[in-house]
Amino acid sequence: MGAKAENAVRPPSLAPSSSFPFPALRTLKLKTKQQELLIRVSALALIYVLAFAVRLFSVLRYESMIHEFDPYFNYRTTLFLTKNGFYEFWNWFDAESWYPLGRIIGGTLFPGLMVTAALIYRALRFLTFAVHIREVCVLTAPFFASNTTLVAYFFGKEIWDAGAGLAAAALIAICPGYISRSVAGSYDNEGVAIFALLLTFYFFVKAVNTGSLAWGLASAFGYFYMVSAWGGYVFIINLVPLYVLVLLITGRYSMRLYVAYNCMYILGMLLAMQIRFVGFQHVQSGEHMAAMGVFFLMQVFYFVDWVKYTLNDPKLFHSFLRITLTCSISVGALALGVGTATGYISPWTGRFYSLLDPTYAKDHIPIIASVSEHQPTAWSSFMFDFHILLFLFPAGLYFCFKRMSDATIFIVMYGLTSMYFAGVMVRLILVATPAVCLISAVAVSATIKNLTTLIRTKSKALQTVSSKGTSSLKASAKASLDQALPFQRNAALALLAGAFYLLSRYAIHCTWVTSEAYSSPSIVLAARGAHGGRVIFDDYREAYFWLRQNTPPDAKVMSWWDYGYQITAMGNRTVIVDNNTWNNTHIATVGRAMSSYEDEAYEIMQSLDVDYVLVVFGGVTGYSSDDINKFLWMVRIGGGVFPVIKEPDYLVNGEYRVDKGAAPKMLNCLMYKLCYYRFGELTTEYGKPTGYDRARGVEIGNKDVKLEYLEEAFTTSNWIVRIYKVKPPKNRW
Amino acid sequence: MEAIRRSIDLSYSFIVDLSMDQIRIDLTSSIVRVFLTLKVENTGASQASDVLLAFPPTEAEHLAIVKASTAEGKRKRKTYVPLSVNPTELPDAPNGARLFSISLRNPLKTGEAAVLEVLYIVTHCLEPFPVEISQSETQFVYYHDSATLLSPYHVMEQITYIKTPNNKVESYTRVDPTNRAGTELRYGLYHDLPPYSYSPIIVHFENNNPFAVVEELVREVEISHWGNLQVREHYKLKHAGARHKGVFSRVEYQSRPSISGVSSFKHLLARLPPRVHSVYYRDEIGNISSSHLRLGSQKSELEIEPRYPLFGGWKATFVIGYGLPLQDFLFESPDGRHYLNFSFGCPLLETVVDELTIKVVLPEGSKNPSSAVPFPVNQQLEVYYDFSPISMLAEPLMLVSAVFLFFIACIAYLHIDLSIRKS
Repeated sequence: MGAKAENAVRPPSLAPSSSFPFPALRTLKLKTKQQELLIRVSALALIYVLAFAVRLFSVLRYESMIHEFDPYFNYRTTLFLTKNGFYEFWNWFDAESWYPLGRIIGGTLFPGLMVTAALIYRALRFLTFAVHIREVCVLTAPFFASNTTLVAYFFGKEIWDAGAGLAAAALIAICPGYISRSVAGSYDNEGVAIFALLLTFYFFVKAVNTGSLAWGLASAFGYFYMVSAWGGYVFIINLVPLYVLVLLITGRYSMRLYVAYNCMYILGMLLAMQIRFVGFQHVQSGEHMAAMGVFFLMQVFYFVDWVKYTLNDPKLFHSFLRITLTCSISVGALALGVGTATGYISPWTGRFYSLLDPTYAKDHIPIIASVSEHQPTAWSSFMFDFHILLFLFPAGLYFCFKRMSDATIFIVMYGLTSMYFAGVMVRLILVATPAVCLISAVAVSATIKNLTTLIRTKSKALQTVSSKGTSSLKASAKASLDQALPFQRNAALALLAGAFYLLSRYAIHCTWVTSEAYSSPSIVLAARGAHGGRVIFDDYREAYFWLRQNTPPDAKVMSWWDYGYQITAMGNRTVIVDNNTWNNTHIATVGRAMSSYEDEAYEIMQSLDVDYVLVVFGGVTGYSSDDINKFLWMVRIGGGVFPVIKEPDYLVNGEYRVDKGAAPKMLNCLMYKLCYYRFGELTTEYGKPTGYDRARGVEIGNKDVKLEYLEEAFTTSNWIVRIYKVKPPKNRW
Repeated sequence: MEAIRRSIDLSYSFIVDLSMDQIRIDLTSSIVRVFLTLKVENTGASQASDVLLAFPPTEAEHLAIVKASTAEGKRKRKTYVPLSVNPTELPDAPNGARLFSISLRNPLKTGEAAVLEVLYIVTHCLEPFPVEISQSETQFVYYHDSATLLSPYHVMEQITYIKTPNNKVESYTRVDPTNRAGTELRYGLYHDLPPYSYSPIIVHFENNNPFAVVEELVREVEISHWGNLQVREHYKLKHAGARHKGVFSRVEYQSRPSISGVSSFKHLLARLPPRVHSVYYRDEIGNISSSHLRLGSQKSELEIEPRYPLFGGWKATFVIGYGLPLQDFLFESPDGRHYLNFSFGCPLLETVVDELTIKVVLPEGSKNPSSAVPFPVNQQLEVYYDFSPISMLAEPLMLVSAVFLFFIACIAYLHIDLSIRKS
């Protein structure tokens, strides 16, 4: 706590009450420093609890369950890990997905999340808390969100002061941008990765500030954890060298930086290589070359520095500098060129390109573009996820530039780069959130501190004037300044009230967003009934459980890849494709089957040994994210590999329709038939004709769907999931 | 009248006649209930203290329960006194017939007669035929039995009534005199049947009742001396009727419920003890959001709906859990031991349980557990154990000390200067 006490000489701005001692505290006879510490610790403890509690809406509204798509894979692997141990997990070849290819799970996933959850589970079991692994998984993200607030506090303290730290902790605890990915049940890599990301950055900044090898080591381990948890580690391994480069260019090179970066890079790289999925990418992949380049540059810099120190002759040094620079640059360029040409260094991947260029994915990789969270961000979602932080962010940048230091340069760079990426992809708002919160916290802290100082100096000055009559030169100067602006105190008070109002609006907005938008598990759908009661559509689980119980254990289920993870985790059946979109051709094959005529699709399904086909259909309930609405992506992805599938065949004048005016191919493709099979007999809405699709608001065009090669095996109670059985081939004789 | 004679070396050294015997077979659910009214008369020389019941081996395998009682008192004050029924063996029983002996309260002297009421329940004896049906078809089943009562005794008069759920009976064996009226099928009256007379009959009739079978039920009962008894029941449910064939059409099922999927069932009723609390109903993948609980002073009823309607051959697994007040089930025996008195039965009504496992979790610190299992009369389970109330405090104390140590550690950390040199 020694470090805390140092900064505590000036009371933190967020807790102005520390300078107006509470009566209760006075009776305890605590020193100001201790009071301040007590308030800080209790505020932090409250924030810690708050960050956890605000993420529990989904558990209270629904139940303790895993949400969405990817978390189901993580849950399944965690179950496997706790059941079979780490080595089995590491060597796991999963034959239940990507049939008939299979997937080497151990080598193609980031194990950090699962190992973390398994460790927590073991620890709780060791302490004889008989919890189910599911509960651990559900609460992992909120737990790590709480821990992130602590890291944010220390980070804020490092870049500004303890007040900014507290403000950062409070802001990040409820920031919707982060909550969207860390509510209870959202058991995804990002949940722990943001913690790891911020921790790595904090340790690194600390290392740069202190030049201590220990902090450098800590940041290397933080980096290792981050690499083990999420593919977003690439952001760290590019941001840190960029930051170092900026410091080098701006002449802020120091021994501290040298120690911090080298320690972090070398150890972090070696540790990261232990993750099988990452392997030798740090030395082989183009995405990681920036870090290596900066590493070598740093050595050159150090060498040059040393030569400069020993040479003592500016002229000689300059010629030496010229030679070394040209040599090192040409050697570096040559190495890079040779590496790329020989294929040793792999070029940048499409995903990386799509980050730098928002339009890249749309033209080249439909599978990335098809995911809604990969769309470019609309400004409204910025507003939704950041609220007032969007305005505090530039203000914070201003304060950071005003008080420039190594740490503030880092946070500014982190903020600006991540904001760019947040604009490229919706899901990357998450990465920007900690930076935005930290920078906004600087703004909040600095503003409030300035305002409170104004209020306090005024009152102090008045006191001194009244008690002594004459005061010191400074005080009188200040007093005269205050008198020069008579409404200053009131203005400061008004501004303070305004800031308070804004911050409370922020808190209200965050709670509202969390409860309304981010706490739905998306497996269970809820709607308002006709009488105001809550209606629950539990169709997904109904279907998956039916698959699990009533189909042969080795049945292969074909569905669009979105449902792959859920089918394997909840239905316990083999799937053809799943959310790990590693094999585009395979996905395209499924897309092709879905968009072909039934007889053509049957051949494809036979070749893939498909036993059941699962489609998601929202026509009865008005659920809009169903397979008909995703269908164009299936056509696009299928057509990207198999040119027989042409998007215009499914469109009429460039318009996508399912009613009478729809394209003939559309009306007879497998997906259409499976979704609308016998739908034409059903009246969905009063006063509407039969076969009225409520999701699209039209009467369907082909009401007389006949199936020849498939038969309906199961349809859930609200028709959301429909499962068809592929009939065995007919006898030839 | 000729009576059967047995050799003297048998323990059953008496002779009984069934002077009038009535069988009522209730086939209106998936479980077969048979009510026997026996008028027994001792025509032998010695006293008779037991009456034997015989079952064919196929029926004996699926026999769930045999209960016997005798009526005492006059007409209006008639009370039924239960009699004990135990399996027994006879060396000369033909074709592996299995025997149960009913112990009479008062041995019958020569020439005396008594009226016995017997109820037995047979499961898994309705055999669906056709074995596979489609969604629009109804379910027909076979019932195999004998028109006459299988009995080691000479039967003087006997009549069998078979009640079917509705009047759709495809076929039935005629053993004259036989007649059928509405839902009732009558075999008899038969006179003077020799011992072990058996005339097989088959009834083929429509039965759309839920053929719900719990293939495996694991029940965990956890005792907490803080006042709660936590019960967790893991079910593996199956529709054991005619297997579903072909398509399942939701539109048919929804729009024509009276003719589509009539043999399927979509909810079950569980009767739980009164004062039940914190009931949950879930499965491996989460909560099942369709159940209703009605609490009453005598009993609580939980209506559960599996995730999907169960057609023939379909399965579902789920867990029902609930808490009960401890004082209703935990008692202290005079010697100071605690004992738990809990029912064996499955709370689901009209459901057959094939395999049942009960795990009783005693609180930490219990000693000398022992159990009293009252089989074959399957009602209550008793588990005895020693427990001292001090052990109850172990966990809270551990928690308190952990928190205490945490605070001590914090205080120590704040007060100890760990730096090597003074800054």
